[in-house]
Amino acid sequence: MTAGATGDAATDRSSGLDAIRSTLPARYGDAIFWLGRYLERIENLARMLDVTESYARDDRGVGNWRSVAQINGDDVRFRERYPAATGADALRFYMLDGDNPTSIRFAMRAAYQNARALRPLISTEMWAQLNVFNKVIEGLGPVDIAPSRLSELCGRIKEGCHTHAGLIEATLYRDQGWYFYQMGKYLERADQTTRLLDAQYQLLMTAPENASADRVEWQLLLRAAAGYHAFRRVSPREISLQAVVGFLLFDEAFPRSIRMCVRTVGSLLERLRQTYPMLRSSNPLEAYDALDVSLTDRGFARLIETKLHDYLDLLQQQIGALSTAITAAYFDPDTV
Amino acid sequence: MAESMAELPGGLQSVLARYDPGGFFCELTAPREGGGREVRLIAERLARLGVEELRRRARQVERSLYDLGVTFTVYSDANAIDRILPFDLIPRVLFAAEWAQIEAGVAQRVRALNLFLHDVYHDQHILKDGTIPPELVLNNANFRSEMVGVDLKHGTYIHVCGVDLVRDERGRFFVLEDNGRTPSGVSYVIENRHAMLRVFPDLMADIGVRPVDNYGLMLRAALSAVAPSGAAEPRVVLLSPGIYNSAYFEHVCLAREMGAWLVEGRDLVAIDDRIYMRTTAGLMPVDVIYRRINDDFLDPDVFRPDSLLGVRGVMAAFRKGNVALANAIGTGVADDKAVYAYVPKIIRYYLDQDAILPNVETNICREPAALRYTLDNLDKLVVKPVGESGGYGLLVGPTATREEIAAFRERLVHDPANYISQPTLKLSVAPTLTEDGIAPRHVDFRPFAITGDRTWVLPGGLTRVALKQGSLVVNSSQGGGSKDTWVLA
Repeated sequence: MTAGATGDAATDRSSGLDAIRSTLPARYGDAIFWLGRYLERIENLARMLDVTESYARDDRGVGNWRSVAQINGDDVRFRERYPAATGADALRFYMLDGDNPTSIRFAMRAAYQNARALRPLISTEMWAQLNVFNKVIEGLGPVDIAPSRLSELCGRIKEGCHTHAGLIEATLYRDQGWYFYQMGKYLERADQTTRLLDAQYQLLMTAPENASADRVEWQLLLRAAAGYHAFRRVSPREISLQAVVGFLLFDEAFPRSIRMCVRTVGSLLERLRQTYPMLRSSNPLEAYDALDVSLTDRGFARLIETKLHDYLDLLQQQIGALSTAITAAYFDPDTV
Repeated sequence: MAESMAELPGGLQSVLARYDPGGFFCELTAPREGGGREVRLIAERLARLGVEELRRRARQVERSLYDLGVTFTVYSDANAIDRILPFDLIPRVLFAAEWAQIEAGVAQRVRALNLFLHDVYHDQHILKDGTIPPELVLNNANFRSEMVGVDLKHGTYIHVCGVDLVRDERGRFFVLEDNGRTPSGVSYVIENRHAMLRVFPDLMADIGVRPVDNYGLMLRAALSAVAPSGAAEPRVVLLSPGIYNSAYFEHVCLAREMGAWLVEGRDLVAIDDRIYMRTTAGLMPVDVIYRRINDDFLDPDVFRPDSLLGVRGVMAAFRKGNVALANAIGTGVADDKAVYAYVPKIIRYYLDQDAILPNVETNICREPAALRYTLDNLDKLVVKPVGESGGYGLLVGPTATREEIAAFRERLVHDPANYISQPTLKLSVAPTLTEDGIAPRHVDFRPFAITGDRTWVLPGGLTRVALKQGSLVVNSSQGGGSKDTWVLA
């Protein structure tokens, strides 16, 4: 911290009112960015658990839970905590285990803590819904994740997330906080889509050759990303590896494709810089540009055919770097 | 059944058929000047609803308060539990004439206390001429030598004051204590009214109830009035200990009502004796801090060095007049329970007036005669430690066991200067929805006064109700609830 840092703020008293309106304490920026990330994470987890459970009962049994653990890169932790590694264990791990940072319970608790800190900023309706939603999740026990109830529960969780999204759209004042919320949400979504892709891809690569199973895997993947019907419209004749991966990575209109999510973050960053006195935007914009190049350059795109895992790994790193750059530029008390 | 009920229509008798305030003054049914029409309307409407419907609506309110997070946090053992302040649906009604006395009396008190604080932190006339024992002030733990010689805008030390009032069996108001540090509870006044309007839209129609929803505007205006000179549009923040504080909801409510940021100590930084807020776009200067953190924790440079809640350097900025603090530091010396006994003298001293709201007769146990009297009458008195708040550590003689009295006697003899005693008042009651239907429960009242360049008293206030039958303890930490308070226009 230097005294020179004070020059960054709108210190001119005559422009007082506008400066106040455009102000956001850094801690609130951080909290709302993470609120967006955690709610998106909860929704993605609920989708994945729902789809996996439904399809795991088809013909592949519990095997699919391995892929779920791989999606989140926590198969090692999972096996340590639940040596039997049954389907029921996996559900408990992802739904109820508050010590697992990739569980719905963990994400909900973190979202709730952020929401409490954000109470002075967010709308009363938003707060009340999150308050009640949190109590619902806190109240869940083993009975609620029995196979016969799981789909309904996942439906309720998704519905909770959608009510939240609707309240954001309808009631959240669109100043800086709104921008940071959206950035958090789309970065998380992009990240979740890369993980989903990566895990399915690895599972396929290690599974014995089985053309029909392939189709089930890709269907599962598309459904977990809520993209099955959209994909059928875009690609009515084939459901191939290239087509599905291309769709989830690059489709310009699919709300969960990585390109769509990343470009949304980019335009938010640009508008944020234009609307508010954000003098520290260069690092986030650079990080965004690097990610955008990876999603545009045909050289990278060709990696899909041969080294999808490496490519997804690169995207994940760049998404992480962008998130870190946003945090450092706007929320970090030591640099702010 | 009370005699006053005879004037009420038959309907009221059906819900209040067995309601009997006994020897106590009833806030709803006691006959007095003005407001008869309104009381009859309220009574008729309650009667039409019936007890079962009242219960249904009570559950609805409690549910909505819980969902909205209008809660305080109780820490017991290792657990933190969010609890609502139990809310009773039947409003406490103050007539216009009653309110006029409270309003004038509270404003008078605040004016005198601010003059007193200015004096004790400057020339100390009131101590030098012996009107108040100097050691009572100068040796008081809440006297802050850092404030000596510091000039405050408009001489305002207590920007927000909550004055606790009680009413005796004849309906006379008495001041029980002044709260001039960081008085809390006003958010419940605002939220109780909201809740009332949600579930009881039909109860308030055609009754001219004065609104309470401009509290935030008035607070913001007062805080702007004490901002350092030169701030065209003063930047106000509310400094809270954060989400784990039991009063966090109140801080949220007030920040919202004021349109000010709720910040924590870590959000603020002092540079060259100025205070800045860390924002996403860098540092922004702050002019006024409405702080809900006690003096002790406010600045680790000056007060408790282990405090993580405060802002290092804020006292230096404050003393230089670069930032305003509300309430000011060191106001605790004016609302101390021992100093309280002298407030009527303080009012006479500075304003040359009699107190509009009298004190409860108080025995200051540091004085030998008062101690002797207190020890002789422990079974009849309420004895309170002077430094505590929240109803902790006090003895209620008439309801205490012999063992409790004996134990208390020992503490009192050991440290008499730490105690005052007062007669047990026959606290007024108000009809309250209980498991046995509508029954009388004891209430008190905390109006709130805001002072910038002048004093404004919110037309309403926090009516706390002791929900346990016969109980006189209204504190939320000890089983108290609250009621909406209607000041009639």
